[in-house]
Amino acid sequence: MSNFFDKSDLSRNEAENIISDTLKKCDDGELYLENSKSENIVLDDNKIKNSDYNSDLGFGFRAVSGEVVAYSHSNEISKNSLKQSSENLKSTLKSANGTYSYSIPRSNIKYYENINPINQKTLNSKIDILNKVNDYLRQKNSNVKQVTANFSGEQKSIEIIRSGGESLTDVRPLIRFNVSVMLEKNGRKETGVYGVGGRQSYDTYLANDKWKNVCDEAFRIASVNLESKPAPAGEMKVVLGPGWPAILIHEAIGHGLEGDFNRKKTSAFHNLMGQKVASEGVTIVDDGTLDNRRGSLTIDDEGTPTEKTVLIENGILKNFMQDRLNARLMKTRSTGSGRRENYRHIVLPRMRNTMMLNGKQTQDEMIKSVDKGIFAVSFGGGQVDITSGKFVFNCTEAYEIVNGKIGSPIKGATLIGDGPSILKEVSMVGNDMKLDPGIGTCGKAGQGVPVGVAQPSILIDKMTVGGTNL
Amino acid sequence: MVKDQEYLEKKASYCLDFSKKLGATDVSVNVGNSISETVNFRNRKLDESNRSDNLGINITTYIGKKKSSISSSNLLEDNLETLIEKCIETTKNTPEDEFNSLPDKNLLAKEVQDLNLYDDTHLENNDKAEYLSKLEAAASNNTKIINTESSFIEDKSNFILANSDGFCKGFKTSSFVASSVAVAKDDQSMERDYEYTLKCHLKDLKNAEEIGRKAAEYTLRKLNPKKIGSEKIAIIFDKRIARGLLSTFAGAISASVISRGTSFLKDKINQKIFSDTISICDKPDIIKGQGSRSFDTEGVKTDSLKLVEQGILKHYLIDTYYGNKLSLKSNGRCGGTSNLYFEKGKISNEDLLSLNSKCLYITETIGRGSNIVTGDFSVGATGFFVENGEFKYPVNEITIAGNLKDMFQNITVADDLEFEYSTNSPTIMIEGMVVAGK
Repeated sequence: MSNFFDKSDLSRNEAENIISDTLKKCDDGELYLENSKSENIVLDDNKIKNSDYNSDLGFGFRAVSGEVVAYSHSNEISKNSLKQSSENLKSTLKSANGTYSYSIPRSNIKYYENINPINQKTLNSKIDILNKVNDYLRQKNSNVKQVTANFSGEQKSIEIIRSGGESLTDVRPLIRFNVSVMLEKNGRKETGVYGVGGRQSYDTYLANDKWKNVCDEAFRIASVNLESKPAPAGEMKVVLGPGWPAILIHEAIGHGLEGDFNRKKTSAFHNLMGQKVASEGVTIVDDGTLDNRRGSLTIDDEGTPTEKTVLIENGILKNFMQDRLNARLMKTRSTGSGRRENYRHIVLPRMRNTMMLNGKQTQDEMIKSVDKGIFAVSFGGGQVDITSGKFVFNCTEAYEIVNGKIGSPIKGATLIGDGPSILKEVSMVGNDMKLDPGIGTCGKAGQGVPVGVAQPSILIDKMTVGGTNL
Repeated sequence: MVKDQEYLEKKASYCLDFSKKLGATDVSVNVGNSISETVNFRNRKLDESNRSDNLGINITTYIGKKKSSISSSNLLEDNLETLIEKCIETTKNTPEDEFNSLPDKNLLAKEVQDLNLYDDTHLENNDKAEYLSKLEAAASNNTKIINTESSFIEDKSNFILANSDGFCKGFKTSSFVASSVAVAKDDQSMERDYEYTLKCHLKDLKNAEEIGRKAAEYTLRKLNPKKIGSEKIAIIFDKRIARGLLSTFAGAISASVISRGTSFLKDKINQKIFSDTISICDKPDIIKGQGSRSFDTEGVKTDSLKLVEQGILKHYLIDTYYGNKLSLKSNGRCGGTSNLYFEKGKISNEDLLSLNSKCLYITETIGRGSNIVTGDFSVGATGFFVENGEFKYPVNEITIAGNLKDMFQNITVADDLEFEYSTNSPTIMIEGMVVAGK
């Protein structure tokens, strides 16, 4: 745990006094302190390209009155700096006349251990694995022309000090291991990318040659794409595989169910609470409490313990995801979804691990039911316009389906759909729910936060596939 | 006040000296400070104020051909010493790479040109709020507009780049940004669009009413969109998205992807990759230019380059490391392009719209659908159906797809180039792409 005051001319007691004084007529607010250590070690083109280490320290001071947020952040944890921030907040909220809400739920449950993954493995052993990855892939097949692999690890310590001196702390480990491979055959080039990660040590994911699975999967995706033909263009049936393709859920409906867009009535879902927004059998939750998952948090960035929030239950819209500000203004409670990239940013309601739960059908039944369509197994990323509800995601591994059978692989294409209606087009939900491998980062308002997704295979009756083959 | 040159130089030279003392053979240090103040409005009322004070230092140490880097936001000496010790230790344990080196001394910038990139004017938050009041009044001047959000950002930055070959230079920059996002709603649909203005100097910022009015206008015209059928059709890229294609092009000619063989433009130097009418420039010395600079992130002097001349690719974007790898000299493009633009064409925007009896005018794309290894391109899009040069109705929930190799050969550029951002394009038309819709 970091002691943020031991090298500062500012004592904890003085900080508490400044916080309480600044927030006395505000509805909410806190001092957020953060100390993070991170590393990134990259092998590229047969060489160790980078070995970078970062140490980041800073605070963000927030005061909230009504709908108005005043925020100030700095890297210097000092008396002067905090006072300057305090003056800045006070000048924005001159006319504040609120009542500070002291209550914040407490919990002793932790969803990951207090470790520093960077120190748990020596630099040499990391370099050793990267070199093995390079050799393993290049020896595997002579079509392998480029290999990039990297370790990134982080330990982030945070402390939240609220008015009155209440303190909440968390130490968050996070690692990610990624492999990208490019194959070339008959003048044609294709890449395959795969990664693993979460809030445990590197070795949990990589020891006992488990790194080979990551290489094999990246290689497999690239090999499939070498044989791919142009994707079709137009509306058709789409079967999504389990796991990572759940970024469809994240983009299509997840963002639209974040509290801020609904308070502002700019989400296509804002007037649909309690209504049917998905086919029967579709249940979607956002869960921050899964042990060691990339999107899990013991407490959110306002100090609220996370939870498993039911968003859609059997097709009916049940809850939005809330931080404290939007919860207060919408007269509900925080769902522990208040997150920020780091101390430089204000808190926003965000997703954690967003999951569609199991149904009863099998993937086989889905494929068999499709005359003409595509089967999408892996995705690069997605994006949504929450106001119009239109969302996209990019396939990185997909196949055509012809007369109930999986056919040739098709080139990467963008799929586009309409968030509020897409879940009504889901006609089968599989029984094979899978979590993603722990690689997702969600962007919103310029802030990236680690997230997870999960889903079983699903059949969507109508989606537009953005290929070139008319 | 943003930290002055003297403070930053002192920090940089301290780190250079300490790294040398611990055994580094070469060192480079970048230390910077930026202070920004933001005021946000929503529905004509104050919504958020944000003050941000960012310090940052980046140190790269070399021991022979071994290299490692550290970065931190904590500039206290005891922290820097611990980090440099760690960096030296890591450097020793990192394998050699024969291409690691500081830039060639002869290529380093000898001076910092005065490009007028800094305006010392400070606008108080009350005055930012006043600008936003006017902007939001103009943006909400229609009952179909149900939400407006706008923002005013003032940013001042300063940095010093120093290396153990004696380079030690930096310069201040400022930026003022005002933006407006409107949401409009009718019985059928809800849509969002935006407008913004970004300048180095406060007095050059566009008028608040104009920004608000345009954001509202762009949003209202998108209401009640239709989905069209799948077909091959000429596509017009609005200026604001056409420049995205230039950025993709720049990504595909950077020495890193060329040397790794992961670009569809590898080995295309001196070959025709665009039609004859296309020239692309990167000009670093535009006065008040958003991407203007005297040197790149390694200190190498940045000169103007005509990257594409009458359709022919003339240069890659080269830094020191990948230059060493390709046996090419750095051309001062570490960190990318400066002010990148398509030279303007001969046809007016209106004439471009009437070149085909029907076309699709795209104003926004979503998704990261460019694959620079293969050139495959497929993104979600919104825009307007155009018939005989006239906007007929808004279109959404479609994708546009093609391959960049073919798309580049089929670009026609209009004559409406303006220098607003660091990457600028006139309106462009691309023929032969496929729209997927119904």
